[in-house]
Amino acid sequence: MTKAIGLEVSLAIAEAVKQANVDVVAAYPITPQTHIVEELSVYVANGELDAEYIPVESEHSALSAAVGSSAAGARTYTATAAQGLAFMHEILFITSGLRLPVVMTVANRAMSAPISIWNDHGDIMAERDIGWIQIFAENGQEAYELTIAAFKIAEDRKVLLPICVNVDGFILTHMIEPVTFIDQKKIDDFLPPYSPALTLDPDKPATFGPVGVPEVYIESRKQCEQALLNSKAVVQQVLEDWGKSCGGKYKLVEKNGNDKAKILFITMGSLGETTMTAVKELEESGESAGQVRIRLWRPFPREEFLEAIADADELIVIDRALSPGAHNGPVAQEIKALLFNESKRPKVHNVIAGLGGRDVTVKDFQKMYAMAKADELGPNYLIWGVRSDA
Amino acid sequence: MLNLPELENFEKITAKNIPTENYISPGHRACQGCAEILALGMVMKVAGPNTIVANATGCMEIVTSPFPQTAWKIPWIHVAFENTSAVASGIEAGIKAMSRKGRYSKELPNIIAVGGDGATADIGIQALSGALERGHNFLYVCLDNEAYMNTGIQRSSSTPYGASTTTSPFGSHSIGQTTWKKDMPAIAAAHNIPYVATANPGFHLDLMNKVKKALTINGPAYLHIYSACPTGWRSKPEKGIEVSKLAVQTKVFPLYEIINGKLTITKKINKPKPVVDYLKTQRRFAHLKEDDIKLIQEGVDEQYSKLLYLEGDTQES
Ligand SMILES: Cc1ncc(C[n+]2csc(CCOP(=O)(O)OP(=O)(O)O)c2C)c(N)n1
Ligand code: SF4
Repeated sequence: MTKAIGLEVSLAIAEAVKQANVDVVAAYPITPQTHIVEELSVYVANGELDAEYIPVESEHSALSAAVGSSAAGARTYTATAAQGLAFMHEILFITSGLRLPVVMTVANRAMSAPISIWNDHGDIMAERDIGWIQIFAENGQEAYELTIAAFKIAEDRKVLLPICVNVDGFILTHMIEPVTFIDQKKIDDFLPPYSPALTLDPDKPATFGPVGVPEVYIESRKQCEQALLNSKAVVQQVLEDWGKSCGGKYKLVEKNGNDKAKILFITMGSLGETTMTAVKELEESGESAGQVRIRLWRPFPREEFLEAIADADELIVIDRALSPGAHNGPVAQEIKALLFNESKRPKVHNVIAGLGGRDVTVKDFQKMYAMAKADELGPNYLIWGVRSDA
Repeated sequence: MLNLPELENFEKITAKNIPTENYISPGHRACQGCAEILALGMVMKVAGPNTIVANATGCMEIVTSPFPQTAWKIPWIHVAFENTSAVASGIEAGIKAMSRKGRYSKELPNIIAVGGDGATADIGIQALSGALERGHNFLYVCLDNEAYMNTGIQRSSSTPYGASTTTSPFGSHSIGQTTWKKDMPAIAAAHNIPYVATANPGFHLDLMNKVKKALTINGPAYLHIYSACPTGWRSKPEKGIEVSKLAVQTKVFPLYEIINGKLTITKKINKPKPVVDYLKTQRRFAHLKEDDIKLIQEGVDEQYSKLLYLEGDTQES
């Protein structure tokens, strides 16, 4: 491993895709993802990356082309955000339904309307149920390393599912962070070329995507779900191996702060870094605060999560998306549903914070903590920072 | 510019050397007398075993693939209704990259995207335009049965003027379809691709040779195939080929090809039959009055003169 260099995270992600030696990049620009595919086009243009770069005419076609190339047996990458992801919606289901290991970066961004280019998780939360593996990076190094690991996970014969690596738009994508690149040789050893089980091969003709009559549809969906559930073990294994060979250390669920803390923040994505500072300061002032970071969002790491919160009395679940009409954000819904049948159930507060790029600071987390202690966060959810004069 | 080098040693398909092998098996579920499946079968005979097909949602997809059966003897993929050109782009790009990197060692396959008129002229036109513009080496086949048949005979932008469909029904206030058929081959040709042609299963050798040319040429090719649909047109199942022939003989569906921008009418109609002969074979036109038929006749004549003009015009330059 070499020295860290300061680099925009988007460019580090592009480097990861290059080092993964992809065969096809299907690209359509949307802020804040654009720098990734721009950089990849440069790599292809100057011969640093031997891949077909398809400058498609829409995100719908980006994912459709990705489906085609992956079905043909090629290692395939694309990236998008917000409206682009929503435009892919129909094909997202088809990618997982056809069991194609496409890797996609989602530079998380708020959904229109009103149009906002800034970060929240509204885009990916609207795509919770698509059968993709969904993983969240918290900083630049993670974004880089998880992108490479994503290919390994998705292409594992036991998995064969598409995967999206979520990186917070701007907060991560446009930030210059220290990133340590991994030796190409190490990556090549870790990630050999994609060897698919079944492709569109004239020597072994197969029919992809036939009509699912009522006699088989349920079973095929069940198989897909089972594949997603089974992928957890592979994700864990790959991240562990990755740690051993390349230095990064990743768990599906990570704890930070006092191990026995009574009040835990639950975070996903880059806000976790700010929370970490808040937790540290709270602890220094004698509070019992901790943090649990969810790295794998789909399949949800149920056992690991329950273990991580075993000693807590209260959880402050931070959501970066609204689920209108549901009385809780998507992450809180997940956690409440998970706890319902457990004998020990911590109290769950839900704070929806940072929508559309609104800043959430260390002070905000300290205030949330104080409010949780004083039981002022309310029984369901609280949208943080709504201006009363708005 | 006019002659493509790939076509120099082009060996024509004739009654003597017509391919006999089928790549779509019998037992598919197309309606009796469906000319769309006949046309598709002809395309596949020419394409042969080293072919990958991306099929849009629609009749041909549904009737050939109810799991656990498949009528396809070659690799085939269905993804969605509107994206078959993008899927084909991906297949082509993927194989190209793998071949360059030494991971695909066989001869490059033919890549064919297949869509109905809805999948082509309406919902899928963007993906088609994108793929043609980018220059992928694939053949797009539009099977034009002039409506959305798979969902039950709704109008499309390729439905001809006056046809009654379930969303353009004739009634006391409507003639049926009120717009003229979208000129899809012209739209494809406007992308300046090397090969565009129209074909018709009633003229099977012409059709097959066009497929062969389209697959021989490097780059995107577009083939627009007239596909009689007895179910949607309310015509007699046994008359599919007869109706198809009439469409050409009446100049309703002229046969031509555009190679590198040069248009040639491949079946000249010097003594056309009246359009009414064609219209009366299908109950979708049964409500039309004399004046309507006159209007349609004028429209058909005008379209044909335009083709003649284009043919002459390009010859001069
Ligand atoms: C996005 C989307 N909209 C609508 C449909 C429903 N649908 C399926 S096939 C079809 C019509 C197909 O018509 P066409 O392309 O002309 O092919 P044909 O069935 O006539 O061969 C429609 C509307 C769909 N599958 N996907
Ligand atoms: S509805 Fe028409 S196009 Fe569809 S299978 Fe039947 S005859 Fe063929």
